[in-house]
Amino acid sequence: MNTQIEIHTEPLNVQSCIDWIMSPHSGGIDVFIGTVRDMTKGKTVVCLEFEAYNQMAIKEMEKIAQQAFDNWPVQKILIHHRTGVLAVGEIPVIIAVSAAHRAAAFEACRYIIDTLKETVPIWKKEVFEDGEVWVAAHP
Amino acid sequence: MMNIKILAFGIAKDIFGGSTISIELDENATTKQLKTQLETAYPRLKQLASYMVAVNNEYADDAGLITEHDEIAVIPPVSGG
Repeated sequence: MNTQIEIHTEPLNVQSCIDWIMSPHSGGIDVFIGTVRDMTKGKTVVCLEFEAYNQMAIKEMEKIAQQAFDNWPVQKILIHHRTGVLAVGEIPVIIAVSAAHRAAAFEACRYIIDTLKETVPIWKKEVFEDGEVWVAAHP
Repeated sequence: MMNIKILAFGIAKDIFGGSTISIELDENATTKQLKTQLETAYPRLKQLASYMVAVNNEYADDAGLITEHDEIAVIPPVSGG
């Protein structure tokens, strides 16, 4: 298998993602790690809550991986996304891409995270000290 | 008429007051008709930046037909990653 696409309720493991993507055929591996930031527009974030429409989210992530394979000479693609309540500093998403040469890995990785944010049915709620908001819900 | 179960996620869950709702829909209704009916019953949907309907785990066109055993979901603006 040249893709590994998963949604986890438990903390994501960066090392196991790197172990899976490593290959003697690769000359470069690009790893993107999304992390929970402590501030949004000057307000202190207490935690984030992620929710996914799991079955469809996996399908949409598979489509993105296929588009990346169609557009860049990449070898393996890993996308792990977390759901549930995440504290500041925790990891909601890991994307890893391997390729013979680095340019393809960088570009495909960027494409995957940018497209994931636009099309994959996963939602995050920001919880502040004085309230909470579903991100991007309102104009 | 057909009775359709609809899954809700994110802010749509708050708007519907639960993670699933049921509505009565005309046989062979389109996605557009479903949206119109939902917006009448739940006007807060119209305040969203946008929202989509998914049928059997795929984003649906407004003209697409809905049948009784489809898995229907309301997809508010996504914000993963």
